Amino acid sequence: MPVTETFQPTIVAFCCNWCSYAGADLSGTNRLQYPANVKIIRIPCSCRLNPLFILRAFQRGADGVILCGCHPGDCHYTTGNYYARRRMTLLFSMLDYLGIERERTRVEWVSAAEGAKFAATMQEFTAAVTKLGPNRRLEDLRCRKD
Amino acid sequence: MQERLKQKAVELLENGGADRILGWKTGEFFYDLTPAVFTSSAEIEREFVFSAFSGANLSKYLIAESRKGGKVAAFLKPCDSYSFQQLLKEHRILRENVYIVGVQCAGMCDMEKLRARDCDGVTAVRENGEKLVAETLYGERIVDRKDVLLERCTVCKSKKIVAFDELIGEQGEEQDLGRFAEVERLEAMTPEERYAFWRGELSRCIRCNACRNVCPACSCETCIFDNANSGFRNKAAADAFEENLFHIIRAFHVAGRCTDCGECSRVCPQHIPLHLLNRKFIKDINTFYGPYQAGAELDSPSPLTDYTTADCEPSAVLTRGGNS
Amino acid sequence: MQRVGVFVCWCGSNIAATVDVERVADVLGREPGVVFATHYQYMCSQAGQELIQNAIHEYDLTGVVICSCSPRMHEVTFRKTCERAGLNPYMVEIANIREQCSWIHKDRESATEKAVILGRAAIAKVHLNAPLTSGSSPVKKRALVIGGGIAGIQTALDIAEAGFEVDIVEKKPTIGGKMTQIDKTFPTLDCAACILTPKMVDAAQNEKIHIYAYSEVTSVKGFVGNFRVTIRRKARYVDETKCTGCGLCTEKCPQKKIPNEFNLGLDNRRAIYIPFAQAVPKVATIDPAACTMLKTGKCGVCSKVCTAGAIDYRQKDTYVEAEYGAIVAATGFNPIKLDKFDEFAYSQSPDVVTSLELERLMNAAGPTGGTLLRPSDGTHPKTIVFVQCVGSRCDDAKGKPYCSKICCMYTAKHAMLCREKYPDTDVYVFYIDVRTPGKNFDEFYRRAVEEYGVHYIKGMVGKVVPENGKLKVQASDLLGGRQLHIDADLVVLAAAIEPDESARPLATMLTASMDTNDFFTEAHAKLRPVESPTAGVFLSGACQGPKDIPETVAQASAAAAKVIGLLSKDSLVCNPCTAKPNELMCNGCSSCEKVCPYGAITYLDKEFRGPNRTVLLRRVAQVNPAVCQGCGACTVACPSGAMDLQGFSNQQILAEVDAICR
Repeated sequence: MPVTETFQPTIVAFCCNWCSYAGADLSGTNRLQYPANVKIIRIPCSCRLNPLFILRAFQRGADGVILCGCHPGDCHYTTGNYYARRRMTLLFSMLDYLGIERERTRVEWVSAAEGAKFAATMQEFTAAVTKLGPNRRLEDLRCRKD
Repeated sequence: MQERLKQKAVELLENGGADRILGWKTGEFFYDLTPAVFTSSAEIEREFVFSAFSGANLSKYLIAESRKGGKVAAFLKPCDSYSFQQLLKEHRILRENVYIVGVQCAGMCDMEKLRARDCDGVTAVRENGEKLVAETLYGERIVDRKDVLLERCTVCKSKKIVAFDELIGEQGEEQDLGRFAEVERLEAMTPEERYAFWRGELSRCIRCNACRNVCPACSCETCIFDNANSGFRNKAAADAFEENLFHIIRAFHVAGRCTDCGECSRVCPQHIPLHLLNRKFIKDINTFYGPYQAGAELDSPSPLTDYTTADCEPSAVLTRGGNS
Repeated sequence: MQRVGVFVCWCGSNIAATVDVERVADVLGREPGVVFATHYQYMCSQAGQELIQNAIHEYDLTGVVICSCSPRMHEVTFRKTCERAGLNPYMVEIANIREQCSWIHKDRESATEKAVILGRAAIAKVHLNAPLTSGSSPVKKRALVIGGGIAGIQTALDIAEAGFEVDIVEKKPTIGGKMTQIDKTFPTLDCAACILTPKMVDAAQNEKIHIYAYSEVTSVKGFVGNFRVTIRRKARYVDETKCTGCGLCTEKCPQKKIPNEFNLGLDNRRAIYIPFAQAVPKVATIDPAACTMLKTGKCGVCSKVCTAGAIDYRQKDTYVEAEYGAIVAATGFNPIKLDKFDEFAYSQSPDVVTSLELERLMNAAGPTGGTLLRPSDGTHPKTIVFVQCVGSRCDDAKGKPYCSKICCMYTAKHAMLCREKYPDTDVYVFYIDVRTPGKNFDEFYRRAVEEYGVHYIKGMVGKVVPENGKLKVQASDLLGGRQLHIDADLVVLAAAIEPDESARPLATMLTASMDTNDFFTEAHAKLRPVESPTAGVFLSGACQGPKDIPETVAQASAAAAKVIGLLSKDSLVCNPCTAKPNELMCNGCSSCEKVCPYGAITYLDKEFRGPNRTVLLRRVAQVNPAVCQGCGACTVACPSGAMDLQGFSNQQILAEVDAICR
């Protein structure tokens, strides 16, 4: 798929309130840059992320979706991210099986102290998704912007 | 075999072992058997059928039947018994109101496959050991049963009946006939090929919802696709919903609970190979989280409501084999 | 449709320098449902807050969106602001346009566009907000401490000191725990009994403390502030109210050959016994497995000699039901069983002992009256070998992966005491590392080496072979680079410690989490070390992780402080953003219950109207809003979407997704 210079991907990042959202805030406090394509949605725990939300994001035109949560073992709710980890593994495997590009989805564990990691992850992820081009495989034509 | 089942059914009704019997009867055609509830010996004599076309999984109907008062007896083949035990695990069936007669199975047959073997105008089919004798308008045709089995029966995962109050036929064992072969074939394709394959298949979906209605795991009081609060309420075939959302969501919801009974593919009027979605999840679960068969045991933890601290990361999907 | 007010903050120049706040307010003001939009320099200031409050009144706002710094900074502030203006505090949403927008982007155009998108997402969410009210639940002002060792005793004493009633449940016939079996304690080498027994007596005499000894917790129901606990009081066959603890029965009982658990089987006790002289309560107990009278109906000697008439062979277990506001787990530890460590000949020779057994051998109240004698022949050991890390730091399934923490110190203590009492004894300690980090600990260990001449050798003991009354020890000296062969008279194994076996069933009863080693997990490893993630359950002592006495006492007091904080409230405010099941849609499949970390979900069989005037009984989920912490795991486990999370509902999150992707 040819990538035009003006292609700006829409990236949705789901961040858990306790670790990764705080990590995102920390990268802000430290003025670490990452692309404006990334928009963050706050959820109480990574386990709140229903795979349906990811599918909905893609349906509505998102080009990449990333889930950030506490490191396994450090979940504020003790076990939430373990369940999230299993679900996301299965979901990503199924998306791959259906022919959706693997690089459009990602899970990254970011603690509240890892502002730099958050910024770096968002930069990498945005670059990878930009390279893939717009999401055509999972989009819903009714939701297309143009 | 049919006679033994009929006798058992009548016996249960007459000696008070059950008030209703759940079994099969002929539908529109002789090969189109439909699940049915029998309440009298006369009905059983007249209409009860058990043949090479009794593919229907009766366990789902026990959800409602076990709550109607009295006792209901049901005939379950090995694959059905896994679904039954899984439903028990999920507290959907009241076990005390159910009497299970486990029925050993030689594999159920597919009428389409029979027709493809030069059998036109079939009026009846008899079972004769490992052969099927088809009476057609043009004479008798004899085929090997194993050549006309339903797809799911060709890779039958188990002849073991995991839950029963009594058995008709012998108890069997689990077996491995390579049921993941087709999944592996798809996995070996490039993403573009896979995408094209699934678009081709899923775009034929007409949202008849037969797969959902027949699936024992799809037995929610209110399905998410009928739930206004879920944000995914959707009834009719609409642009790209089926390809993008309906089937993947349904497969995800039954992941870890699907016993691979194969009913979804059997009933699909468009012949979409839905089992390839469910088996993919089962294969993934086996690979990542250890071999697991839903419904095999009453108290094993279900993989999606369980975890270990050493589970693999989702990035394992990115880095494992397969074309990219 | 809500009437939404949008307030965009400049945050001085923090936001305004990169984001065109006027334009953001302008664009958002035209979103559906927004009836008022403005911008101001410092929304969190007094003036800014008044601006919001005035707008709420003037424009009849039902929802408020504030585009400002992170909600982690000021969500609470703005919620309070709106509450004071009469708006439900949960009708407020914050769009983070500072930490997650103006501070991380340089380009004004894209930063402004992103701020607009984030604002839209917040507006979309607030449209679906429902007013939430924090519930409250009452607090029963009584605490339960499970375990009567030093941890449990200290916690109970501190709680009682604050004026609250507290019950201690201890499964042994006496409280005191492991410390009663210890001779001297490090690093001060004062006698354990001397420092413990006053505390035991304090606990017994304190009016606010009630001790249930020889008792166990059999069930726990309820939640923080309102636990209902059943305690089984095992039958001693002795009436506690009459027994004076004179001990006559224990002298006259004809059954003399029962291994004495208190001395770890090194000597015997009678069928009727008092564990040790300073037991609290000082009451005899009959062991039903050993008593002739209870087994065959013949004997009755103790009953005949008892001057208080306290023996009651017909006594039965009794059950007590009580209510508590807080529960403290203080179940302690045990050394592991060494039956898989045959390389050290533990099962083959009586002269290979564990460190706890050595404590008993050296204790004045122990089986040898305090003289260190070999269990096999009663002679004095001339060469003693201590083996460290037996079963600790072990990769194998037969041991534990962790360091048991206390062994380096107690081995140094034992080594010093042996050398001090018996200067003619050679003492060797084989170690991998010596870990003595506490206050005065390293000095203590160095004294063992420098003043007391204990031979510390870095290396593992490979094998101990009993031969002709000696123990042939084969070990390696890694620093000297050679193999050593020592003929020892006594070998002492520093066995790993593990949580008491009652801990896991207790954790299940309390729905408290445990790690793979059966230690209770803390709510936060660093910041909340004495609380379990389960609200109302607190952790005291070695049940949470291996620790020595100073740390145990510190933690016990910390747990007590947390309990006091809880019990001093009359009622608890619950987090209102809890899960809510829709009973009409619920299957009763139990998926949600399995993923809930707090045990907040239970099931009920409820009647529902069916078609044709029938009544259907269906199993549906119930969430206890006082226990639910709002993580949302249940909402995703639920296949039908019947379970939803207030404050972060499915529709709300989807609305945010839609707004961002539009």
